[in-house]
Amino acid sequence: MQKVLHINADKCTGCLQCEMACSFENYGIFATAKSRIKVFDFHHTGKKVPYTCTQCDEAWCLHACPVEAITVDKATGAKVVSDSTCVGCKVCTIACPFGTINYVQETGKVQKCDLCGGDPACATACPTGAITFIDANWTGLGKMEQWANKLGNQPSAA
Amino acid sequence: MSWAGKILRVDLSKGTVTSEPLNMDWAHAYLGSRGLGSKYLVEEVDAKVDPLSPGNKIIWATGPLTGTMASTGGRYTVITKSPLTGAIACSNSGGYWGAELKMAGWDMVIFEGKSPKPVYLYVNDDVAELRDATHLWGQSVWQTEELLKKGLQDPLVRVSSIGKAGENGVLFAAVVNDLHRAAGRSGVGTVMGAKNLKAIAVRGTKGVGNIRDPKAFMKAIAEKKQILKDNAVTGQGLPAYGTQVLMNVINEVGALPTRNHQDVQFEGAKDISAEAMATPRKTDGKKQLVTNQACFGCTIACGRISKMDEGHFTVANKPQYWGASGGLEYEAAWALGAANGVNDLECLQYATMVCNEEGIDPISFGATVGAVMELYEKGVLTKEQIGIEAPFGSAKALAFLVDETVHGRGFGKEIGQGSKRLTAKYGHPELSMTSKGQEFPAYDGRGIQGIGLAYATSNRGGCHLRGYTIASEVLGIPVKTDPLAHEGKPELVKAFQDATAAFDSSGLCIFTTFAWGLADLAPQLQGAIGEQYTTEELEKIGERIWNMEREFNNRAGLTSKDDSLPKRLLTEPAKTGPAKGRVNELAKMLPKYYEVRGWDKEGRPTAETKKRLGL
Repeated sequence: MQKVLHINADKCTGCLQCEMACSFENYGIFATAKSRIKVFDFHHTGKKVPYTCTQCDEAWCLHACPVEAITVDKATGAKVVSDSTCVGCKVCTIACPFGTINYVQETGKVQKCDLCGGDPACATACPTGAITFIDANWTGLGKMEQWANKLGNQPSAA
Repeated sequence: MSWAGKILRVDLSKGTVTSEPLNMDWAHAYLGSRGLGSKYLVEEVDAKVDPLSPGNKIIWATGPLTGTMASTGGRYTVITKSPLTGAIACSNSGGYWGAELKMAGWDMVIFEGKSPKPVYLYVNDDVAELRDATHLWGQSVWQTEELLKKGLQDPLVRVSSIGKAGENGVLFAAVVNDLHRAAGRSGVGTVMGAKNLKAIAVRGTKGVGNIRDPKAFMKAIAEKKQILKDNAVTGQGLPAYGTQVLMNVINEVGALPTRNHQDVQFEGAKDISAEAMATPRKTDGKKQLVTNQACFGCTIACGRISKMDEGHFTVANKPQYWGASGGLEYEAAWALGAANGVNDLECLQYATMVCNEEGIDPISFGATVGAVMELYEKGVLTKEQIGIEAPFGSAKALAFLVDETVHGRGFGKEIGQGSKRLTAKYGHPELSMTSKGQEFPAYDGRGIQGIGLAYATSNRGGCHLRGYTIASEVLGIPVKTDPLAHEGKPELVKAFQDATAAFDSSGLCIFTTFAWGLADLAPQLQGAIGEQYTTEELEKIGERIWNMEREFNNRAGLTSKDDSLPKRLLTEPAKTGPAKGRVNELAKMLPKYYEVRGWDKEGRPTAETKKRLGL
């Protein structure tokens, strides 16, 4: 079973534990600037929205890469950048419609979410359940349950 | 380690910015943030300095856990000598700014001198420079942040700044970061303004990487986060209701100061409570509260984001206030509401937004308006002087006066001097509800005896955050004590004061202490710093900090006479509620407090105490 990161922005408080967990997992430091997941704070509505790569099946970044530095991790479905192959041309950053693959000046390579090899640190760190790692086929399960509860548990009309 | 090991020193007179190594001996003895910043201040500044002169310094300090993944690790402290109190000022803020400074590779920024023209400090990792702020002078906190982000072409920059109030010399001007988070008390923003320093804009990409034992650290912080989650206050009450969860509780205890402390219960408490914020309004059917919000790294998330009724008289033609914005927390709701007898929740939200927008402390502001309203009702002040009819309960007067105060207009200029100076000017100093010139927060010392002693002995003047005995006296944390009893309170106050000083110096938020004790802090510090910390050692660090602050105040000219409460709390019994007939028993508690502190009868640390603490 493949799993995906599932984001429920309504639960996000903007604490940035996910960003720190991401940078710690990948660089061994707490640096929100190096995180592959970003939380956006929309002041006019009060909404905080975490955003990261959705691991597209037909990934624009993967297809755009001229040196085949981006490959599919068969176990997790993640599109993974190989640092030893990446030449830092940044074409993938242009190809990605969502902006979730980005260039890193310090390494001369691009970086993107790789699902931490199947145990994403951001989801573990999230204190509110805004970021979860769930069955890729059932991202709608939570909403279905909510509605089932609303309909099924109301007093019978009869 | 986990300290960055570097500080920035900015000489505003000369316009120079230099880097120097952190004094590691001091770092170990005073941890960081409040303790370490205060150590630098007391070593470098003459305690008798005029707070608004170039001789005063002002310090932004993070702690060893700031910028780490420890829950609530986003705090920083602003330390200076206060223009409001003449005592040491030490105001703590959350949001994201403190972590950003640490991630840029700096523990602290020290400003000295005075700039000849408005400037701001721009920190981008290792690069730090003073830049012209002429275009920012006269702008609000909110405009300043927007202009800096646009000008620097960097939406990720974090800003700590003053609004117009700090520029205009309001004595309780705040330093505000991330739009709604403030180092609010004691006029730290006033000192910033007096130095022609408008803002510090920071972008930190280097991160905090020198955790000594990452494995032990990650294990410790995960365990401690779970404790916060499982605790009723930090896991349920604060995220759901914010600090406003206290409004009805404190009212029932009979310790909700009302109408300038004339009463101890407010008939309108329920109208301005957390529950009211979460109830749909009659006018537009919407709730004021939109959502809760966390500061950097915080797994509690007590912050409020609120949205006003667009038709309310305060904002009817002002769409700039119609969006979501920082909402009411308990102290602000009390000071703007109960202290003035105002029960118009929308008006309180308007006033708190203006406090954030232009950078003033809502506690000192609201409490000073309370004194003004009492002077008005006594006939000492007139409508002509104030510019509006100002009886208790007038939302119109509150909204008018908050605007006048932040913009330095009319009678607002007098309110901006705080209640001690204002009431003295009009011949009624007894109506100033202050200690050391700083207005009391939202708890009455008659209904809760220990907090009265905490106010009287607080090193920064009237304040609940130096020793929050409410936790014990009302909430039963860590153990319940009788709020009406004065016995045992000197020991309780000392214990809270010392533990708080240690927490404040770690870089974490004091709200964690609803669930944690020093024993929970210790392993987090150990993992980060790499040294063993016992609870006793942390207590001693806290006690050392407390005595260091006290000695600064003593050198500044404060004496045991300043460990006082207004006559009202000592002689006018509470009229209603569980504390009916009670006054605060300060005289019975203070000598014992000095004794348990190891101070002489004049409130000075004895040679033996200083030696024990390594002072």
